[in-house]
Amino acid sequence: MSTFYTVLPILFLAVAGMVMLMSGVFARRDHSFAITAVTGVVIAIAARLLVAAPTGTVLHGLYQTNDFTRFADVLVALGAIGALALSVTFNRNIGITRFEFPVLILFAVTGMVVLVSANDLITLYIGFEIQSLALYVLAAFARHNLRSSEAGLKYFVLGALSSGLLLYGISLVYGFAGTTSFEGIARALASHQAAAMGSTVGLVFVLVGLAFKISAAPFHMWTPDVYEGAPTSVTAFFATAPKIAVFALLLRVMLGPFGPAIAQWRDLVELLAAASMVIGAVGAIRQTSIKRLMGYSSIGHMGYALMGLAAGTADGVSGALIYLAIYVVMSLGTFGCIIAMSRGRQPVDRIADLAGMATDDPRFAFALAVMMWSMAGVPPLAGFFGKFYVFAAAINAGLAPLAVLGIVTSVVAAFYYLRVIKVMYFDAGEPGLDSRNSGVSLVIGIASAGVLLFAFHPSTLTTLSTMAAHAVMASQGF
Amino acid sequence: MNLHLLSLMTWLPLAGAVMMYFTGDSANPTTARNSRWIALWTSLLVLVLAVVMIAGFDPSVHGFQYIESAEWIPAYGIGYRMGVDGISLFFVGLSALLTPVAVLASWRESRRVRDYMAAFLLLETMTIGMFSALDFLLFYIFFEGVLIPMYLIIGVWGGERRIHAAVKFFLFTLAGSLPMLLALVWMWHHAGTTDMVQLMHTTISPTIQDWLFVAFLLSFGVKAAVWPMHTWLPDAYGEAPLPGTIMLAAVLSKMGAYGFLRFSLPMLPQATAYFEPFMFALGIIGIVYISFAALAQTDIKRMIAYSSVAHMGLIVVGIFTVTVAGIEGALFQMVSHGLVIAALFLCVGILLARGHSLRLDQLGGLASRMPVYATFLMLFVMANVGLPGTSGFVGEILVMIGAIQANFWVALLVGTGMILSVMYMLVMVRRILFDQARSVANAVIADIGPREWLLLAPLAVLVLVLGFAPGALTHIFGGAVQDLVHAHLAALSSGAHARLAMIKQ
Repeated sequence: MSTFYTVLPILFLAVAGMVMLMSGVFARRDHSFAITAVTGVVIAIAARLLVAAPTGTVLHGLYQTNDFTRFADVLVALGAIGALALSVTFNRNIGITRFEFPVLILFAVTGMVVLVSANDLITLYIGFEIQSLALYVLAAFARHNLRSSEAGLKYFVLGALSSGLLLYGISLVYGFAGTTSFEGIARALASHQAAAMGSTVGLVFVLVGLAFKISAAPFHMWTPDVYEGAPTSVTAFFATAPKIAVFALLLRVMLGPFGPAIAQWRDLVELLAAASMVIGAVGAIRQTSIKRLMGYSSIGHMGYALMGLAAGTADGVSGALIYLAIYVVMSLGTFGCIIAMSRGRQPVDRIADLAGMATDDPRFAFALAVMMWSMAGVPPLAGFFGKFYVFAAAINAGLAPLAVLGIVTSVVAAFYYLRVIKVMYFDAGEPGLDSRNSGVSLVIGIASAGVLLFAFHPSTLTTLSTMAAHAVMASQGF
Repeated sequence: MNLHLLSLMTWLPLAGAVMMYFTGDSANPTTARNSRWIALWTSLLVLVLAVVMIAGFDPSVHGFQYIESAEWIPAYGIGYRMGVDGISLFFVGLSALLTPVAVLASWRESRRVRDYMAAFLLLETMTIGMFSALDFLLFYIFFEGVLIPMYLIIGVWGGERRIHAAVKFFLFTLAGSLPMLLALVWMWHHAGTTDMVQLMHTTISPTIQDWLFVAFLLSFGVKAAVWPMHTWLPDAYGEAPLPGTIMLAAVLSKMGAYGFLRFSLPMLPQATAYFEPFMFALGIIGIVYISFAALAQTDIKRMIAYSSVAHMGLIVVGIFTVTVAGIEGALFQMVSHGLVIAALFLCVGILLARGHSLRLDQLGGLASRMPVYATFLMLFVMANVGLPGTSGFVGEILVMIGAIQANFWVALLVGTGMILSVMYMLVMVRRILFDQARSVANAVIADIGPREWLLLAPLAVLVLVLGFAPGALTHIFGGAVQDLVHAHLAALSSGAHARLAMIKQ
């Protein structure tokens, strides 16, 4: 029976997705709003079920639930629900109100839940592909728009490449370790050295495949283009849920099955972290589109979170999870603001369009300023705590140079975050943006309240992330 | 005793700022009026609390008073800890005193009044919180949090090149303080707690101390505008609106000096001893070079800004003599400088409000037209150059005594700096008040009004009282300074013993 409750959320998500797909197909009128709302509720219920699901490994070791998967699943659900709430008006304005949108998001979430809970390389790959396929379609969702189609194609080609690399890596690991189960790989890597050589190559491929998806440099090239080209409602989703899911998987895979080989992959992860922080900081400086800016910003954020993985300790995992949780909230708030940027119902995304926002719409300006300061890591906002925890983990693990680099890039990044605030507050202008709809305002409001008030009560998140981190470390007998 | 006085003083301004946003929408003119009054009453209430706190402070007690402690992030050994000792007491008082002054000085501000007043109250929360924090992370948060309101104050309400100044200020300070974050993390990792009282009793190996010292120097040096980390300052001071400049010069610059006293000296004794000559050099270059730079300025505001940097050099020298006299002098000088520089900038503001240019070559002959103003300006200029009878004198003479104990040449060069300061301040006074010939201003100029009296008179009284009765101040922080110096010397000698022991082995 416990097996049933463990897989119930997945079954629920998948069945609900199919039911909604059918109802969308056979409905005579356009029910996309209702389907969006129901999807939100379904994901919320699924998140509740995921939290309630009993801890343990089921289906002959293919699928696992523990504190870590719960933490990650809730973040994924949060990102997805936020993105859904942001999408309604935006999609209507640019004429892509189709019921497939929420359904695709639902399928993607299903894939992510499988991905996060995978306890076997095969489950991992299946989850990975379920989410990726849905995401490819979403990127090209505004199919009459050239940029969106381009973004979709780019994302598909590079995504397919990364899937290929991942699969190749998996096959190598299987070949040398003789098993696809996480525990088995961990045992194999811990015991005989011969397997380690070949598996290391496989491990690198797996790492690269996953790095593509979280847009860690140097595998980041698609990010700014896809962020810019895809409809903003899709970008908001891309920036949150998939990144969390794949990052959580990365934490689990690297510290779980590949945990014994930490000496082999640590330098690589450090390199990824360093490159991401530098590219995220430097690349964003000259951007004029706020969507591209956010693309580079997310590359940088992944770099900071990777610092936690590079630490390779429970503290590091906990730091990375805290960072991701805060990142989701900040991203939703920021994309809420970006989605609210439209003029005559046409979306605009130049930073210069924000000039004079502080007098025109003080609340909007304040919210976006809070997000930007938080992303720059200025205390007392939430973003600072994220940085604090990963820096702490990195220094405790003896990665002081990485932390110093993180600080340098923080200062560079602060420059472009400040530029957004500067344009809103210091430059005169008549933005004349359309009034915000209430769903978007709600998301922005909740996100800013979270970011502003986090400092008053950080311990809940810390406790949860520590539990999650211990679940990761304990599951592989560290 | 435990009224949570410090928390109250810290969070009251924030509550006031939040309250402003419930008084109506921004388009309504009464909102602006309400915001002004809320800001004034909140900051005055904080001032009253500060007076209560200073009155109830017992200087004979060692260590911290008004201690508060609550859980915050217990898993990481981080807590919400507040408390003051003789050193921080007056900085809390200074912040509480100068915020209402700044609010009152900006009474005529008409652009986005509510945001403006809210920013000042937020600034007060951050500064008071920083001076009373006893937890390193809490300290860091307040220390950095100051950037947010100050960036907006400079950037939104500043002068012509405000954007440049605001961004420069922000990036300099951020770049400076992030190394401190690393130092924080390291010390937390080392001691397992961020409790500052415990950190003061944690021994750190001398090699690491040097690194930490550099990290602290970067962050506190930028904040205190120690040469050569001062380059953001003339821009920020010059472009900020006057009340913003007052807060920058009188309170924010003290944050850096306070940081040296609170962190570098007690926590890193060996490194402090090692870097002492270096810090003297920085301080003296600051005094001498910046004094010449001040002499070359053509704008009053910038001239006073440079004079402020020069005084910070003096304070740094005083702190790093690590003698009782030197540190007391530095503390005294900090309080005095806070009052005097605020008053001088207020005087500049009075000229601005009357439509005067701030260029020295376009001013002159105000002594006969604005006699009361001239008297006040003269008093504060004299206090700034350290005339006996004013608060400036006490600080300077104590620093000199400390410097002579440390090194004769240091004392000599510091003395040279004082002479230079007399030079440029007198040049300024001559150009503003006298120099009839170059006077081009209108014949009818109102002398200072009641609101300006209200601003300047208390500062003038304080400057004179402290000048004639310095004991009132030294009596209170004397104990804390002696403890600090003794602890420092004890740590040095025990460290020396440890090193000798290693050599013997």
